[in-house]
Amino acid sequence: MCLAIPGRIVSLVPDEPHLGVVEVTGVRRRVDLGLLIEDMPKIGDWVLIHVGFAMSKISEQDAAEQMQLLTMLGEGEAAMDEVRGYGLEETAELRSVRGSPGTKKDRPLYQ
Amino acid sequence: MAHGAGGKASRRLVEGLFAPLLCGNSREPLGDAARVEIDGIPMAMTADSFVVKPLRFPGGSIGELAVNGTMNDLAVAGARGHSMVVTFVLEEGLPSSVLEAEVRAMSSALRRSGVAMVGGDTKVVERGKADGMYITTAGIGRPLPYLRVDARSVRPGDKVLLSGPIGDHGITILLARGDLDLEADLRSDTRCVLPLVEALGQEAGPGVRWMRDPTRGGVATSLNELARDCGLGICLLEEEIPIRDAVRGACELLGLDPLHIANEGQFLAVIAPEYADIALNALNNTPGGEAACIIGEVRKEPANAVLVSTQYGGSRIVDMLAGDPLPRIC
Amino acid sequence: MRYVDEFRDPELITKAAEEIRRLAEPERHYRIMEVCGGHTHAIYRFGLKDILPDNIELIHGPGCPVCVLPMGRIDDGLDIARKNDVIFAAFGDMMRVPGAHGSPFEHKARGTDVRIVYSPADALQIARRNPDRHVIFFAIGFETTAPSTALTLMRAKREDIHNFSVFCNHVTIVPAIRAILDSPDMRLDGFIGPGHVSTVIGCRPYEWIARAEGKPVVTSGFEPLDLLQSIVMLLRQLRAGEAKVENQYKRVVPWEGNRAALKAMAEVFELRPHFEWRGLGFISQSALRIRKEYAEWDSEQRFDVLETRVADPKAAQCGEVLKGVLKPAQCKLFGKECTPEHPIGALMVSSEGSCAAYYNYEYRKTASLVTEISSVA
Repeated sequence: MCLAIPGRIVSLVPDEPHLGVVEVTGVRRRVDLGLLIEDMPKIGDWVLIHVGFAMSKISEQDAAEQMQLLTMLGEGEAAMDEVRGYGLEETAELRSVRGSPGTKKDRPLYQ
Repeated sequence: MAHGAGGKASRRLVEGLFAPLLCGNSREPLGDAARVEIDGIPMAMTADSFVVKPLRFPGGSIGELAVNGTMNDLAVAGARGHSMVVTFVLEEGLPSSVLEAEVRAMSSALRRSGVAMVGGDTKVVERGKADGMYITTAGIGRPLPYLRVDARSVRPGDKVLLSGPIGDHGITILLARGDLDLEADLRSDTRCVLPLVEALGQEAGPGVRWMRDPTRGGVATSLNELARDCGLGICLLEEEIPIRDAVRGACELLGLDPLHIANEGQFLAVIAPEYADIALNALNNTPGGEAACIIGEVRKEPANAVLVSTQYGGSRIVDMLAGDPLPRIC
Repeated sequence: MRYVDEFRDPELITKAAEEIRRLAEPERHYRIMEVCGGHTHAIYRFGLKDILPDNIELIHGPGCPVCVLPMGRIDDGLDIARKNDVIFAAFGDMMRVPGAHGSPFEHKARGTDVRIVYSPADALQIARRNPDRHVIFFAIGFETTAPSTALTLMRAKREDIHNFSVFCNHVTIVPAIRAILDSPDMRLDGFIGPGHVSTVIGCRPYEWIARAEGKPVVTSGFEPLDLLQSIVMLLRQLRAGEAKVENQYKRVVPWEGNRAALKAMAEVFELRPHFEWRGLGFISQSALRIRKEYAEWDSEQRFDVLETRVADPKAAQCGEVLKGVLKPAQCKLFGKECTPEHPIGALMVSSEGSCAAYYNYEYRKTASLVTEISSVA
């Protein structure tokens, strides 16, 4: 399971503190925010919606980091191979944030 | 209920019961309109029933659907509608203002299409039946000289054209029912597509192999019917299929596939490759056809099926609707 | 960011596929199970198998709540609705699932008041709007959906709505995974872990798989890039001889889970001593029932339940396909007696059941369809 999609909170329902309106590419839907009561989302936050309930807040930072990792797939490895070839040790830090000194390709920036 | 949804069950009903008993030994593939000859003069005829809840919705109403739907069935069969007759089945207690509104809507639609309503009938049934009203229209027209459509003329290499974005009508209706807590800025796409078909035919007539209007059951159902009728494979490119953001969003929220959603103002055309660009140009340069695009092509494999591929090389088979489009949450 | 299109970027997908090719050792055959039916569906919908190398085999797991629901439960729920003139509300996924006496849609055609809802809250709303009718919400799903049912029950209690009850078929994912690993025929290298269940239960519940069974687990999102990245992460672990739980779906899955959701579940539900899973048999402590504090809203307490038990036809090999021992096409009934239009087993009914997914999206890519015009039912 199952079908859950990201939506952005565009408004909160005035008399109902646990309800909000989310927007998913131009479609607006009321969702129940009751499961996020310990860290209520604000207007503008993105949440994951499943059967009319918000399950989790979407972390923009984690998403951006993930996109960064994906963009560097392959390039990072090539750079690491080069580095290993020189007999240099790979540290944990190097592994998690890969700059590619040898690469000339333009990497798309994510905000 | 599944038998009316436009997909496999409907087709079985028509092919398994109606056609053999009513149409004699005709081996012609089933089309949107029938070709008949009366004293040597070719005519095209069709009929369609309109059942929709609610009766009025953003972008149109049942009356408009009734006129446009029959005009479109004739148009995609390569004919220009000339005259129509209409029958109303009305629910007892239907306010006369509602009926009048629909008749006015039909009158405008008729005027826009240049077609005359030459007769009709009305029946009233007891309260609780007919969802307010059911409308059936039957239309007759002359085949356009520059168009001859037949699924059997489709060949590998032919291109598949779509007149515009899909899913608008079906999703609009779903939202208009008010059962869902969903709101979107969407309207039904109901319109008469004859001007577009005429433009297509005039510029690229000899290259037009087949046309259909993807109403109930959506693009997937129409193209699956084609695939079975011609024994070839229809291969679409996912990224080329035009879908409005709001339709996409609603489909995602409800777990529906836009390819199965009804349209009331679009049509599909299969065009010989050497005419494809001319055909597309003709549509793009006709008012209402700006969003027309090529969404795929015909191939030998997978035979009798519709395949949708993505840019990165993944693909999936898309089948006809089995019953009503079922939303899924899982 | 829309959080969807970015994860479908074709260039990045191609890159990820190349990385997978690079990481997969050519002499090795990898058997990776995706537990969750939603992942099975995504894999087919995005045609991901087309871009994976041949030595990576994706095995479909039992995480499809419709698939594992015993037929008898559908009969029981519909029976209550029919006998007591009750409104039967359920998700669209349930509508064509056959019980011994027909599916909810078929019952609807015969006069039972069956309605599709998109949320348990919709079902409660039907109850509010129809005070003289009782509404049963036929609840299905793993831990992703259970909290929403729980919150709805809490609201029904708070608002004193008494014409509403839940027929609870919620199940838990970990016992299903245990059943797979206990199966002697199963050889697996790693797991693509449940995505949305994990937003509720977090990643800790899978640690025993890595620790005790020595298999890596990567909880994954549902977009093509999510699944491919998860496979990359699994291959990296396997290459390094590691076995740990990693969270690919970090943007949405908190390692500790959703406390409010777990609290709501604990307030309303308790574990049944055992529950019969279709295809997997009886598994203890694997399903939820409603606590006695909410008995008023428990359909099984408000109404007489027949406790129908229906056996699957002997020829149907649902259990083996469910456990990943057999591929859908290897079941003798697949594509012949059992198709999405006339499903015999549950795996063909649910759109995320492996048989239905395979049949709908993949099967006819190579086989030529035999056009059949069967007689009208």
